Order: sequence, then C-alpha cells, then structure tokens
Amino acid sequence: MVGYGPAAHRLVEALLERGFDGAITVIGEEPRPAYDRVALTSYLSGVAAEELSYPVPPGVVTRLNSRVTGIDRRARLVAVEGGEPEPYDVLVLATGSRPFVPPVPGAEHAHVYRTIGDLDAIRLAAKEATDGVVVGGGLLGLEAADALRGLGLRTHIVEMSPWLMPRQVDEGGGAVLKAHIEALGLSVHTGSGVQEVVTGHDGRVAGLRTPAGTLIEAQVVVFSAGIRPRDELARESGLALGERGGVVVDSAMRTSDPHVYAIGECAVRDGMVYGLVGPCFTMAEVAADRITGGGATFDGADLSTRLKLLGVEVAQFGAMEGALDVTYMDPVAGVYKKLFISDDAGTLLGGICVGDASPYGTLRPYVGKPLPAPPADLLFTGGGAQLDLPDDAQVCSCNNVSAGVVRSAITGQGCADVAGLKACTRAGTTCGSCVPMLRQLLEKAGVETGKGLCEHFEHSRAELFDIVRVRGIGTFSQLIAEHGQGRGCDVCKPAVASILASLHHGHVLEGENAALQDTNDHFLANIQKNGTYSVVPRIPGGEITPDKLIVIGEVARDFGLYTKITGGQRIDLFGARVDQLPQIWRRLVDAGFESGHAYGKALRTVKSCVGSTWCRYGVQDSVGLAIALELRYRGLRSPHKLKSAVSGCARECAEARSKDFGVIATEQGWNLYVGGNGGFKPRHADLFAADLTTEELVRTIDRFLMFYIRTADRLQRTSAWLESLDGGLGYLRSVIVDDALGICADLDAHMERHVAAYADEWRATLEDPDKLSRFVSFVNAPGVPDPSIVFETERDQIKPVVMS
Amino acid sequence: MTWVNVCGYATLLPERGVCALVDGEQVALFRTHDGVVHALGNRDPFSGAYVLSRGIVGTRKGEPTVASPLHKQVFSLVTGHCLDEPSVAVPVYRTRVDGGTVSVSVSV
Repeated sequence: MVGYGPAAHRLVEALLERGFDGAITVIGEEPRPAYDRVALTSYLSGVAAEELSYPVPPGVVTRLNSRVTGIDRRARLVAVEGGEPEPYDVLVLATGSRPFVPPVPGAEHAHVYRTIGDLDAIRLAAKEATDGVVVGGGLLGLEAADALRGLGLRTHIVEMSPWLMPRQVDEGGGAVLKAHIEALGLSVHTGSGVQEVVTGHDGRVAGLRTPAGTLIEAQVVVFSAGIRPRDELARESGLALGERGGVVVDSAMRTSDPHVYAIGECAVRDGMVYGLVGPCFTMAEVAADRITGGGATFDGADLSTRLKLLGVEVAQFGAMEGALDVTYMDPVAGVYKKLFISDDAGTLLGGICVGDASPYGTLRPYVGKPLPAPPADLLFTGGGAQLDLPDDAQVCSCNNVSAGVVRSAITGQGCADVAGLKACTRAGTTCGSCVPMLRQLLEKAGVETGKGLCEHFEHSRAELFDIVRVRGIGTFSQLIAEHGQGRGCDVCKPAVASILASLHHGHVLEGENAALQDTNDHFLANIQKNGTYSVVPRIPGGEITPDKLIVIGEVARDFGLYTKITGGQRIDLFGARVDQLPQIWRRLVDAGFESGHAYGKALRTVKSCVGSTWCRYGVQDSVGLAIALELRYRGLRSPHKLKSAVSGCARECAEARSKDFGVIATEQGWNLYVGGNGGFKPRHADLFAADLTTEELVRTIDRFLMFYIRTADRLQRTSAWLESLDGGLGYLRSVIVDDALGICADLDAHMERHVAAYADEWRATLEDPDKLSRFVSFVNAPGVPDPSIVFETERDQIKPVVMS
Repeated sequence: MTWVNVCGYATLLPERGVCALVDGEQVALFRTHDGVVHALGNRDPFSGAYVLSRGIVGTRKGEPTVASPLHKQVFSLVTGHCLDEPSVAVPVYRTRVDGGTVSVSVSV
C-alpha cells in the first residue's frame, strides 16, 4: 500500500477482517501511522498526535518516513527513496491529495492545512502573529479558520464565491452562516480572492492582497481552497488519469493495471474525486473485498455532510435543488433550514441546514423516498422519534450502514446499546452524526429508553447514586418503591447493589442485598461456561512468596482445578462447583490469602514491574507503591471494573497507560495517568498530573475514583466516562485538583470510610453460617455434586464439557 | 401427580433462586417478592449449562422473570418462555406450599 492515511488504514482493517492472509506492507511519507484527519483541529487544542493515530494492526509492516519514487509495473516493484524496493502482488495507491495552492506571487510563504506537520508549522508561525487569513471559505477553510482563531489570531476568511460553503449551502444558508461567524469576531470576505501574498522588507509575510487591491494585513496566510489528487506516481508509471487529474478506477477500484488499485482522494471514479471520509472508507471496503475475491462495487457515494464548524451546525443531504422547496428561516436565532421536494410534493430530494442540523439525522435516510410527514412539520421538529425508517434507508453514510442492518443487529445479535451497535455494524464510528438515530432505533426496538437505567428506573446511575446518598436510602426495595416501578431486573439490581456497596460499605451478601447481585458477586467467584466458577486470590502488586505459591498449587491439585496465570499478575483457579467454593476459600484464607474481587465491578489488580529494588533502570519502588494502592482500594465497588498498574521507570513495563489509573515513576516522583483501557476500544491513559509525591498521588487517585463512582453511568469504564465529561480532562482537574465544586473534602472522607470499613468478603462469608448455607448445588441434597458438570483432559488439566 | 418435598418455605429467600434435584431433574425454584413460588427447569437452553437458579429475579412489564446468569436472556417464571427469543422455552413445574414446606411436581 502506498500512502498511509485513513483510507489506507481502513483498507488494512478491512483486509484483515476478511481473513486476508498475505503479507501487508504500508509505505507512508509522514513520520507516523495514519491518523484521524477529521479531528485534526483538536491537535492544536492539545490532543496528542498519538491519540489521533489509528493503531497499526498486528502483523502489518509499516515503512514510515518513506517516499515512494516510482512503480515498476512489469517487475511489480515499488522504488522507495533511500531504501530497499518493495515487491508486490497487489498494489494499492492511497496517496491522498494535496491542498490546492493557487499560483500567485508569494504563495510559497503560505501555509496549508492537511497534516500534523502543517499544524506544527502554523502553530509556530502563530506565536509571533496577531492576524491570520484563510483563503477558502469551504469546509476545510472554516476548519482552518477555527484553528487560527483557537491560536489567538484575529482571523479573516477569503472566499471566491458570493457566500461561504457554496458546495453545502445555498445563498440564504450562506448568509446565516456568515452572520454566525462574524458574531464570533471573524472577518468574512466573500466574492473576493487572492492576488498575491505580500511580504515585508524583512521577507516575512505581511498580508494578502485581494484582486480588488485591498490589503488584508496578516502574518499567517493559510491556503485551504480545495484539494488536488496526488497522482504523480500513477502518471509516471503510465496509469490512466482523469481529465483533471486523479487515478482512474473502475467500480472495483482497479486502475488501468489490474494489479494496481487506487482508493481515497487520489482516485477518480466517473470523473469524481471524493474528499469526504465516508466515500473513501467505502472505497477501501470495496478494494478489500475485491482483493480477497469478492464482488463489491463502488458506484459513487452520498456526499451528505453534517458538521459543526466554529460552533455552527451545518448539514447538507441529497440534492441541492428541486422542483419545489420549503424554507424555514429565523435570522434572530440564526437558523436556516430548507427542504427540496419533487414536483408532486411527494418525494424528498434533499435539504440544507444551518444553525440547527437536527433534520439531517432524521431526514437524510428519506432522500429519494416519500416524505414521512408534511414538510413544515419536518422543518420545525426534524421529524422526531416517531418516524419509522425503511430498512433500506442509510443510517450511517460514513460506513454505509442501513437501518435494516442496524435493526437486525439489535434483534439478531442482541446489541443493546449504541456501543454494541458500533462494534457490530461500525455505524457511528466515524463522524458520529448518526448516533442519535442509532439511539432512536434502539428505543423503537424497545431496547434502550433515554438515560433511564431500564424499565424500572427513569433515572441514570449517577442520579440514582445521588438519590441514595442524599436521602440515605439503605435498600433496593425502598429505592424502587419510592423512585422506580416493578421489581427490578438484571440491569438495575446489580447497579443499585454497587451503589449501596459504594456508599454503605456493607457485605454484598448482607440481607436483601444478596438478591441484587449478579451470580459472580453472589458466589464471590467468576461463573464459567459450564456453570462452574473460578477463584482468584488477591496477590497485591503481583508479589508472592514461594510458600504462598505452593499453597495455591496444593489447593488447585487437591480440588482438581485448572490453573492459568492472568493478565493482572494473579493466578486463576477454574472448575470449582458452588459447594467447593467455601472449602477452597478456607484453605486460601488460612494461608493468608483474601478475595481478589475478580468477580466484582471493583478494583481488580494493581500490576507492577519489579522496580528500583532489582531493576537497573528503575527509579522508584513500583512494587511497594502497587501493593499500597491495591490494599487501599481493594473491595471498592464501582460502575465497572477498575484496573491499575505502576511502572518503575519510563520504559513502562507494567503497561500503566492501558489502565483506568496508571502510575509511572519519574526521577522526581510519580506521573499519574487516567482513563486508559485495553479491551475492544483501546485507549491510552491521559497524563493527569506530573511529578507527584506519594501523598499527593494517593489523594488525587482517591478523588478521581470517588468522583468516577459518583458520576459514571452503569458499566461505563473510566475511559468512556472521561470522554463523556463536558470539558474533559480540564474539567476533571478543576473538580478534583482545584475543588471547583467544593466536594473534595467529601470525596476524601468517602474514601477514608471505604478504607476503614474494608473486610475480606471470603472470610466474612466463611464466618457466617447463614451465608454459607447458600453454597450447595441442591437445596434438597446438600452433599450431592451437580451431575451435569463433566470434565475431560487437555494438556494435563481439566477442560469443561457442556452437554448440548 | 406426585409431589416431592424439597425444602422449607423459609429456606427460599425473596428473589433468590435455589436448585433442587427432583426425580433426577434439576429444578430451579424462585420465591418472588409477592411470596409466590415458581419452578423452572434449571438448564439454560442457550448455553446448555444448569444455571438458571442462579439468575437475577425481577419483572418485565409486571411479569416475574429470571435472567440467565451466563448471557442474560430473560425467561418468564410463569410460562417458561424466553422473552428475548420467544421460540425458546424452558419447562415450568408445578409448586405448592403446604405447612411451610415447598413441594414440586415434575410429572406432567
């Protein structure tokens, strides 16, 4: 693959998903793997390049900082500047585009806005500037203008057309858009252009002269006026090009050489170059399908867009003209909405929205279909949730997912929330504008209703937490009687159980609480596919004595359990029947072990590297800190499981940045990272505070955890919670460092209560005959083991056999 | 119809299941909040594991239910039908409470 942008990344993913088993090499000229260009502007507001980058899938070879200089199609080799040539069976050109720079005097002094490198250059130039001007009032131009404004420059926008965003909105919409942007303090020059980039006597940029002769003073000039396909490799190697450039492809994304494909912004199909991410992803999927022997085709794409630029929502879908149109305009609120319909007023042809894009989500799928309601209703309300989308209506245009596919994911594959649908169908994973529609489809299917936990509570978890805390509610029965309906379910009961445990610190099997617990918490062990359980004793920080290791070995041997080392530096013992659990705990507890809470939505493990005690690179005692943290937070019930790690130096052997809270030692103290995750959607934790003393570190983690426990949704890991916080990391700092809400003393006291009240759940159960009496396979035959549990042997250990 | 005594009514805690072995059949017994005792086959038809007695008891639109502890499919305690996939059902057994003793009949 030549070129490593989002389309190339998508192609690699799509190939691997389809089981492609050949070697994949991606050659890119930038110094980093593909990154999310749609979110590029966030880089200037502090998001790290690594966070924008897509992870390189395992097994894929990347050659970064590498420029391809030629293609030998006969020998099937690409020449790489300063490196070995790369052979291929199939070559994919994904070279993207370059910003169009008009050939005017001084153009060489202007910036462009496409890569992270471009943004670094703009940021540097902005340091000594007061004014900036962007040439181009389209989508990319406004994006660049937003970036200049964010860098603190007085910003001008110069656009040749009579109004802004001429490809997305008409004149009326353009006027409303202009008013919005001018209200933010930007200067808009429409119907203008660029005559030259003016430099002063010192050779520095002094401004931009328009064709009318006006000088707009500025020290930073950015050209963002369209793109041109990067087709030079194709041109030199004799592949067919479009009239205005671009590599010509057929509906299979093949170029004029059947061994060479082209996708993304460098490709031209039926005379069109596509500069939006959605069509480029579709091209990648089609090419992947063809390369792996499929028959997919690309026959053009929907160019609908919905975006928020400079705080203004703009959307366009379907056609931009029609026999009839209906317009709603509110110049005071700055809202402009227009629908185009067929001459019989029966079919929706397209629409334009400025200032309020809500009709986009509901109406785009109806393009080319009968109007679902009178046009005026649609313009005022956006149609609302009452519309029933036809199955063939496209819900996600970025990933080409129809309503029918979403519906079958809900009913057939059991997707119960937006996250599940994203995983299953990819809908909503790119620009996210269809997420409200996904939520609607879930609601229609009776799966998800608003923010309420389930049919029994209209409150979110965070609201229920506050209700229980403020009203001092002690039981589920009281809570549901006073604030809910029915008798609960497998969704709300464990969530309320967790809230009660977080607030009241009692044993999870005490009284009525026992009936709320999921089976894992109910039996203080992890259920496995055949109905047996696994047992994980706590091994704080992963440090264990030989004697204790021997005890675990003896217990596993005596009860015939399967043993496996976990990812959290612990040992998992599998295959225990419920009636064996207390006997196993007795042996472990007598040897000084306690529950590891592997079964709970609670702190699991604090992993560590060996640290400065042994390691020649270590700068702090990571094991000692990991043990202290694990003992402090053990048993803490939370909205979801909590994982942590401590690394003794910047080499990060404990993988702390993949954890909910991770600590990395520095020469001066500890760096704290929060919101990391492995799992389905890996996320590197964000640096929250640097060079903390141990005391500062512990206090910060205390508050982080307690604030998370109070405000997160059910089953929302810290990574998703952090992303859902309005104001993100900055807001979190203001709450738990600067005490903006005045709750820090309360959070601290809450954690102190937790630490003081901690007791081992296994030991407490062993000491309580009432709780112990539940640990039988059969209530009427307590000594009889469950005959349905059968094992066979594999690699000298047991393996479950489930009778079908 | 043969009734088999399985346990005292007080052994059944509200909204917590137990399993009984009755004529070789595994029977999941549940006492709902209103005091009624329900009995279903203990085998979860989706996984093949004998675990339904360990599910969370609750209601769906007023109907008493239990959710499989493995993959959370919800079954009606009254009809045995899976409310998430109506073509799947588990056996429902008769129960009675007499003099503080719960008995079950697995004969049809």
